[in-house]
Order: sequence, then C-alpha cells, then structure tokens
Amino acid sequence: MATPTITVMLAGVGGQGTILAADVLAKTAVAAGLDVKLSEVHGMAQRGGSVDTAVRFGESVASPITDPGCADHLVAFEMIEAARQLPYVKPGGRLLVNSRIIDPLPVLIGDTEPPTGVEEALVDAGAIFMDAEELACEAGSPKSANIVLLGALSTGLEFPVELWTGVISARVPTASVEFNLRAFELGRRACGEGGACLV
Amino acid sequence: MSPTLLSGNEAVARGAWEAGALVGVGYPGTPSTQALEVFAAMDGVYAEWAPNEKVALEVAAGASMGGARSLVTMKHVGVNVAADPLFTLAYTGVGAGLVVFVADDPGMHSSQNEQDSRNWGPFARVPVLEPSDSSEALEFTRVAFELSERFDIPVIVRATTRISHSKGVVELSGARQSVVPGDYRKDVGKWVMMPAMARARRLSLDERVRQLADYAEKSPLNRVEMRDSAIGVVTSGVCYQYVREALPEASIFKLGMCFPLPAQALADFSRSVDRLVVVEEADRYLESSLKVLGLTPEPVDLPASGELSPGLVHRALGGDPPPVRESVPGLPPRPPLMCPGCPHRGAYNALRKAKAIVTGDIGCYTLGALAPLASMDACVCMGASVGMAHGMRLAGQGSARRPVVAVIGDSTFAHSGVTGLMDIAYNGGDAMVCILDNRITAMTGHQQNPVSGMTLQREPAVEVDLEALCRSIGVKRVRIVDPHDLAASEQAVREEIDSGELSVLIFRAPCALLIKEKDQPYAVDDNLCTACGLCIRLGCPAISKGEDGKARIDVTICVGCGDCVQVCKFSAIELTGPACEIGGV
Repeated sequence: MATPTITVMLAGVGGQGTILAADVLAKTAVAAGLDVKLSEVHGMAQRGGSVDTAVRFGESVASPITDPGCADHLVAFEMIEAARQLPYVKPGGRLLVNSRIIDPLPVLIGDTEPPTGVEEALVDAGAIFMDAEELACEAGSPKSANIVLLGALSTGLEFPVELWTGVISARVPTASVEFNLRAFELGRRACGEGGACLV
Repeated sequence: MSPTLLSGNEAVARGAWEAGALVGVGYPGTPSTQALEVFAAMDGVYAEWAPNEKVALEVAAGASMGGARSLVTMKHVGVNVAADPLFTLAYTGVGAGLVVFVADDPGMHSSQNEQDSRNWGPFARVPVLEPSDSSEALEFTRVAFELSERFDIPVIVRATTRISHSKGVVELSGARQSVVPGDYRKDVGKWVMMPAMARARRLSLDERVRQLADYAEKSPLNRVEMRDSAIGVVTSGVCYQYVREALPEASIFKLGMCFPLPAQALADFSRSVDRLVVVEEADRYLESSLKVLGLTPEPVDLPASGELSPGLVHRALGGDPPPVRESVPGLPPRPPLMCPGCPHRGAYNALRKAKAIVTGDIGCYTLGALAPLASMDACVCMGASVGMAHGMRLAGQGSARRPVVAVIGDSTFAHSGVTGLMDIAYNGGDAMVCILDNRITAMTGHQQNPVSGMTLQREPAVEVDLEALCRSIGVKRVRIVDPHDLAASEQAVREEIDSGELSVLIFRAPCALLIKEKDQPYAVDDNLCTACGLCIRLGCPAISKGEDGKARIDVTICVGCGDCVQVCKFSAIELTGPACEIGGV
C-alpha cells in the first residue's frame, strides 16, 4: 500500500518565519526521498497579516493545498492563528502551539475586543504549548523561534534527526547555523517523543 | 539529475532558461514576480523590469523580431495593459519564440479583481498552456518557445497562485539550449500591420490557429487518464490535482493546452464515459467551450469565484465532508498592515488631518484605506488615482474643507500615473497629486523601478527625476517633503490644497524595510501618558492600547522612526536604550 500523504500546516503572522520553516520541512521530506508539495501565499498577506502554509509529503502528492479536517499536524506560531486554523486539524491530529499572542491591529487600536477563550479552546483540542521565543533566546537568538517549533514538530514525524539538521545547516545563514541547531534541539527536548509537553 | 524543490515561478524561469531565452522583461505583480527575478539571476540572460506590462511585451516583441527568444512576465491585470500589443502580435507572429507568462490570482490573495487569463486565448487567438505543477511549469514553458516558433505566434503560459507559489519536486535534467539570435530579415507583410497587410495576416492567423487545433489533438500537453468510466472529468491547471485527490478513480481529460481545444479528442472522451463533468476555478471557460463544441457536460455545483480545493471538488461531486473541529468564535481579523517605521503613515496622517477625499492606487499604501488611518476613498487599478482625482474635480467635488487628493506610489506613477498627470496638466485641471516615493516597488517584495536608480540585474541606473518630469509635463507646483516630519507634511498638504492649482507633493523617504540599521526604540512614560489615544491612531503595530487605555510600545518591533513622538502632546514617548537592555514592553 502506498505511503499515506502527511499534511502539516504552519500558521502564523507575516514576518514570523513560517515560510522558512515550511521550506526546511519540505526539503527534509525531499531528502527523505518523498514527493512533496508546499503552498504559500506572498504579497499583501505578508505585511503582518495571517500567513498559513501547507506542506504535504508522501509517495505521491497531488494537491498543494488542503481542507478543513485534513491536516495531520498544525504548527502554530501564535495562539490566535492556532485557533483560526483549528478546523483544519483532523480529529486525532497533533497541535503544536507557541504560547504567545500577537494582537491584530484592530485589537491594538481598541477597535475590536481581544478574543476570549482561545487558550481554553486550544487546551480542549489537545494542544501542546511551548514558549518558542524563550527557548530560541536560550539557543542564542529570538529569531530562531521557527526552528524551535520545527524541533518540536520533528518528534511527531519519522525523519531521522540528521536529515533535519543537514537541511537546516544548508538553509540558514552560515553565521546562524550553530544557534539554529541548538534551537532545533531545544524544541525537540521540549516536546517528547510521544508528543507530551515537557515544559 | 537530482530532485529539487521549485515553485511554479522558479520552474517557469528555469524552463525559459533551458529553452535558450536570451531576454526577459516584465512588471512585478503577485503572484508572478519571482519568475523574472529568478530568470534574471541565471547565466547568459538579459532581464529588465519595464515601467509597465505594455512596454514589457513591446520590448520582448522587438527582441523576438530581432531573433532572440524572449520571456515576458506579469500578473493577470497586467495583460489588460499589454493587451494592445498582444492582439496585434498574434497577427504579426514572432521572430524567435515569444512566451508570455501570466499568473492569475483566484481568491484575490493579493489583487483587486479575479480574471481568468484563459479567456485571452480565444479573444486574442493565441495558444494558452496551463501547467498543473512545477514540473509542468518548467516543461510547458520550454515547449511554449518551440510552439511559438513552429506556429509563428506568441504563446501564453498561464498559472494561478497555487501553481506560482506552490513548490513541488522537479527533476532538473535539461541543459540550456544554445540559441544563437537569428538574422533580422525585413518582411513588411508580416511586421507592418497597416490594413492591407493586417487583412492578410488575419487570414494567416486563422490558419495558424487551425493548425494549432490540429496539433492539440495529438499534443502530449493534453492527456487522457482512463480509469472508471462512470465519470469523466475535463480539467486543467491546479484543479487537475484537486480532482486526482478528490476522485482518485475518475477518468480525467487533463488539458495542458486550453486554447485551441482538441475538439475530436474531447468528443471521443465524452463518448467513453457515462457522466461528463468539468472542474475548473474562476470562469466557466472550459464548460462554455465544450458546449460550443456540442458536448454536454453535467452542471457541477462549484463556486463561481474564489479558489477550489480537493474538499470542494469532493463534495460537489457527491462526496461526504470529513469530520471537522468546531471553529473558535469571535476571532479578530488580522488584516495586513503598514510596517513599523513605514513612511506612508506620515503622509496619511497629514491627509487625514486635511479631511481629504483620497483617490488611491495599487501598492503598500493601499493599506491606508484600513483603520485607523482610514484615509482612502477609492482604489481601482494601476495609475487610476490620478485620473480619478481629476474626474472628481470635474464632477464638482473638492473644496478647501474637503479637498480631492490622488495618492500614488513611485513605481505605480512610472507605470501609468504619469499619463494621468499629463492629462490634468494639458486640460488645465487643478487636482492635487501625492507621490509616495519610497524608492522601491515594495508590496511585491522590493523590486527596482525607473525611480529607484538600479536595474533588475543590479546595475546602477539612471533615476527618473520626478520633480523635473512633473515640471516638464506642465505642473508648476512640485514640492518634496519628508513624511517622517509630520508637521512639515501637514503644512505642505495644507498649502498645496490652498493654492487651488494643480500640484504634485512628493513624500520622499525610503521603505522602512530598506533601512537595515534600525534606530533605538521608543518607550512610553506611564506617568506622563494620559491615554489620549493620539499615537494609537497612527496605526503602528508597535503601539498598543493597554488595559488602562495608556499606550504601550513593543520595543522588539519599534524601529525608532519617531512619528509617534511627534503626535504626543504630553512628551510621554521617549527614547530608550537598546532594546535588549530594557527587555519586553
């Protein structure tokens, strides 16, 4: 039987590094010899708007995008975006959430009330929370929060660690390889093999 | 040969390069932009950004006439601008291969409308190829150059956002074809489209399209995948992928060439299946075309606008949706916004104070329409702001109390704003035009333009002197102001409005993202802040309203532009040390 296609969604806010994270994940899957499709949206959406990216891999992948109820993993870089994309995660799917809220402009300027019940809804949905920025700072730079989250994601996927670290080393600027690899390791440690939250 | 992850745009660039294209010309526009950027970085090519898509196609037409294979790139609305040369180039045909890459944006992720560029096929009588993934984007672009020369016609390669911005695995095996530019041979009957010659070329065009239709019957670009004959789906582009996933057992007629269509092959397919359906997004182009061919596809309940997905296709053809988690109610929207330090903020702050009716344009500054700046009244297409401001004045709108002002960016002004300005000057109009000159084409991801002083291939370039250009058109009042100087900006806007004459006010400061060295961030002194909300109304994402109503500045994203300092009447916003020393908010 053909290897089933795995769908990972990455959701965040423009500028958070979701696109680089998606690229690393997709390249790792290519390195594992799988077929891969990745969809992202550029342009206006990148100016601080919601950014969601799907990475799909398996023996043969057709569609680059996915539908509600079809994602095996959601990696959310921010809690409101986690809640927004929650319907995409299939029952039994895995939710990794950076425990951080970036208020959208309508909230910042007081036009819209901050949302309520976001964290509760994510807890009910079985989300695994972590403070990716804090772990990234521990690794050496707050900019590597996206790699921390990939480290956490990696514990739920079957790629060997060397594939991940090889792709990360080739993909990030040379000067930042060391702390990005540390960030990946801290993300892995924060999220145990069984997906349990260890922090 | 190695598997490489390429976006559709990257694959188009690679396909053109492999085909030996020597010249690439385009105008940036999401989702098409990277195709030319990637092409420009390849060995042995010349590539340039043109001021607009019409010029881009004309440059490529000349290069093709001169014997060089040429690639033109643009987004869907760009083809409207380039339509004039496109239609007649179908008549003239080409010298060397001429391929127009067009990226549509169904769902309008980053566009002002949806247009289905497949329609240009029958309208302009040019072949349209439609790849359904990155591999095909490469292959089809390469083939497009061959077809262009074989059938003496420009060829459109049409993508959508989900092709252009999706990545897939491509086996890179092809080397670059060596194409030596051919000799130019004078041929008035082919290239000079005066009526007598055009009439002959029109007949030739019909014959070329007929030959293309014959080719379509046997072309490997089109493919039948026979599986269960209970249902047969005619589809193309990314929708093919959705059908594969939604209906893995269905028979499929996959069209790689959407114009001209293979009438006989489609009729054969129709007879070989029990139910014939069409799956396509955007216009009902294929469905209508099939009906014209006398085929009778069953209606399918798919949305007539926006994007499709595997799930939508699955449900439209009778499938059950998967169980879905409940959504979380009451989530605030997250619209895109102007960056911290964006120079457009100061311009809109001044226009808001002047209570201007703003005819707007296409670029990052369109975000000025959103709260809290909320200072734009219209946005239609590239360059429209200028003509529309003039038109509003002709309708009697605009007064010192509620002036009419056009707002346009530097690149957009070069694209098609300058012609509108010429119109106002020539006809003695008195509108006020603000050029928001941030030294770059920002929204599409920082492309160079005629105002920015550098070419696509990173060579220093002549810089359009906007002031001199406006004066030469006949605008007597041309003025420059730094948008980060809020008082000076307000004064300049007021004075230019009060002048009652045609006036161009250039707000000049670089895009905040061009400034790599950030200034030190500011912080709010809680003891001095009175929660008046004036700084909040600048709409800077670094400033938020705390529970006590007082302002907070997020030092991690503040770039120290100082706009907020100038609006604070209580000196409550002050310079801090470097962000890392104060930490947090």
